[in-house]
Amino acid sequence: MSARDVVLNSIRRSLGVSGGEAPRRTATDERIARHPRGLVPQRGSEPAKKRLKQFTDMVAEAHGTVQELVSPEEVPGAVSAYLRSKNLPMSVRRGSDPRLNEIPWQNEGTLEVTVGPSDGKQLASVSHAFGAVAETGTIVLVSGPENPTTLNFLPEHHLVVVAAKDIAGNYESVWDALRKKGAQWPRTVNWITGPSRSADIEQVHLHGAHGPRSLHVLIVGKA
Amino acid sequence: MTVQVTSPNFKRNATAALKDAQLQRALAKVEAGFIGRRQQVTSRLPEFEALRDAARDVKDHTLAHLDLYLEAYERRVTELGGKVHWAATAEDARKIVLDICKRRRARTVTKGKSMVAEEIGLNDHLEANKIAPVETDLGEYIIQIRHEAPSHIIAPAIHLNKDQIEADFRRVHEGLPASRNLEEPVALLAEARAVLREKFLAADVGITGANFLIAETGTSVIVTNEGNGDLTQTLPKVHIVLASIEKVVPTLEDVTTMLRVLARSATGQEMSVYTTFSTGPRRPGDLDGPEEYHVVILDNGRSSILGGAFREMLRCVRCGACMNHCPVYGAVGGHAYGWVYPGPMGAVLTPALIGIENAAHLPNASTFCGRCEEVCPVRIPLPKLMRHWREREFERHLSPATVRWGLGFWAAFARRTWLYRPTTRLAIKLLSVLGTGRGRFRWLPLAGGWTRHRDFPVPQGDTFQGLWKREMKGRARLAAEAQAEGTE
Repeated sequence: MSARDVVLNSIRRSLGVSGGEAPRRTATDERIARHPRGLVPQRGSEPAKKRLKQFTDMVAEAHGTVQELVSPEEVPGAVSAYLRSKNLPMSVRRGSDPRLNEIPWQNEGTLEVTVGPSDGKQLASVSHAFGAVAETGTIVLVSGPENPTTLNFLPEHHLVVVAAKDIAGNYESVWDALRKKGAQWPRTVNWITGPSRSADIEQVHLHGAHGPRSLHVLIVGKA
Repeated sequence: MTVQVTSPNFKRNATAALKDAQLQRALAKVEAGFIGRRQQVTSRLPEFEALRDAARDVKDHTLAHLDLYLEAYERRVTELGGKVHWAATAEDARKIVLDICKRRRARTVTKGKSMVAEEIGLNDHLEANKIAPVETDLGEYIIQIRHEAPSHIIAPAIHLNKDQIEADFRRVHEGLPASRNLEEPVALLAEARAVLREKFLAADVGITGANFLIAETGTSVIVTNEGNGDLTQTLPKVHIVLASIEKVVPTLEDVTTMLRVLARSATGQEMSVYTTFSTGPRRPGDLDGPEEYHVVILDNGRSSILGGAFREMLRCVRCGACMNHCPVYGAVGGHAYGWVYPGPMGAVLTPALIGIENAAHLPNASTFCGRCEEVCPVRIPLPKLMRHWREREFERHLSPATVRWGLGFWAAFARRTWLYRPTTRLAIKLLSVLGTGRGRFRWLPLAGGWTRHRDFPVPQGDTFQGLWKREMKGRARLAAEAQAEGTE
């Protein structure tokens, strides 16, 4: 008997089932197919107007920083200003997400922008978020050829662009949007709430444990 | 590190822990750190109690259909190019991991935090086979270089103070200037970050645990604050996930419910910094991510627990709230429990996994104050389950003779009311006369086991039943008087 059968048979013995009972199959198949929502807190269901402020407040609470921009054209200037404020070299790495490709990076002449995954040598990266969740100030990033995951973790400073209209009240809305989007479920979905931190030494909170020590969110456009 | 069991020595371990000044200094910080933050964050979410009910219900539903959800999960993982391996025992799991590492000729393996890896003693097994495991969670890294076991399931190095960690870093991190300043925690963190960054980039295989598995999408989920788990699973060519059978939940919505209670209960955060959903290996065109994605699903006795009185324990999400709020854990720390899982959840789970004969003291290491059950995000009735173990321990004659004799004597005495009532009344009278003007006894004959460590309060003149009888008489009189007044 394979290990698989040993484990599954033992589970079935304990549950007193054979595994072939139709009502049980129906119950599990339907739950997966219909994926009903659980309890969504009121806080996750605020109207769009309140949502932006809620998101901004929650990011700040998680020790991230936020900047609101009117249009994508303002992104290169904001990135430069951020790098200058941190005394960083004028260089960032980004993915080839179409929304990042359309940004007029050349307008910011002193800013060097390279495209590709991170190998750990870059100090700052720019990603485009799939969406965000106001409930806890969480940004949602989805991996793919145009959005390498390493950009989210290896550089010390992570700048994330998110469209104001993609800021949802709750996580469930982002799941729905992602289900709608594509045939294949993405390899990696990252929920990021603030910069990397650790409290493993005497429970003192410190930023920049292994991931970025700072997280800067650029919200673009109107909700 | 090891799965060496010292649970049978709980009493000796606990006594040593109480005398360890260094440990006591570290433990004093648990309360301020975890309890206050959880309180803050849960009190601002009005739905928190209802979310706990919902989380409990998700787990109960899943456990009742566990075979089917595991099959559905496996199907999805396979469809997306991953591989599921089933392990009935710890030994099976170790072999599966080692075989993968050997096939890829791995020399170093980075590891995200995994309690299942601790449970199966993976690091020792890899080392014995000339593969170097590197723990990357800061706390796990610290205890690895000290050759210790974790003392807390989410804060493994909570028993240490920063000067101990500084000494370890100076000992282990060779080639760095001896004059460097490591006084502040931030300097220790920066040094660990730099040392571990090299390890991340060099590792052949990355091993993580899983907080959840999602049947709907074939996804494994890890929750971290440091980002070490993400580097562990993104950079090497092979990602191995270690998970136990009860980690599966049906859907993305269900895992969302669980995540709404997990971080709040664990660290008192609204959400942990990194919640990562991984589904299969690198896709065509991807510029990073692992080439191979393996999931090892471990049973190791859990399927038997499912059929018995301890099924509710399988709802556990390993948040650590029970130990953060436990006065016994707070006094002796995690190592005293003698195996991988400490605190109230460990007192229930450990005997189930390694046998009550090896862990009979643990269910007794509780005052039954009930705080663990009050804070458990999935409402596991931990005191009730510990009581079950105490009953089994008694039934199986594992308790010491003095305890059995004492309990037998007490049962015989308490069941005979004609003897019990006058005797206790007399004893109480005697004690209250002896204790007049004192309020407490520092010493009592035959009660040295109690008074050696704490005072015994002087009884207030009568037994509870006596007081109750008088109280009832008083109430009846008052009621009669009130009625009389009313009719006048």
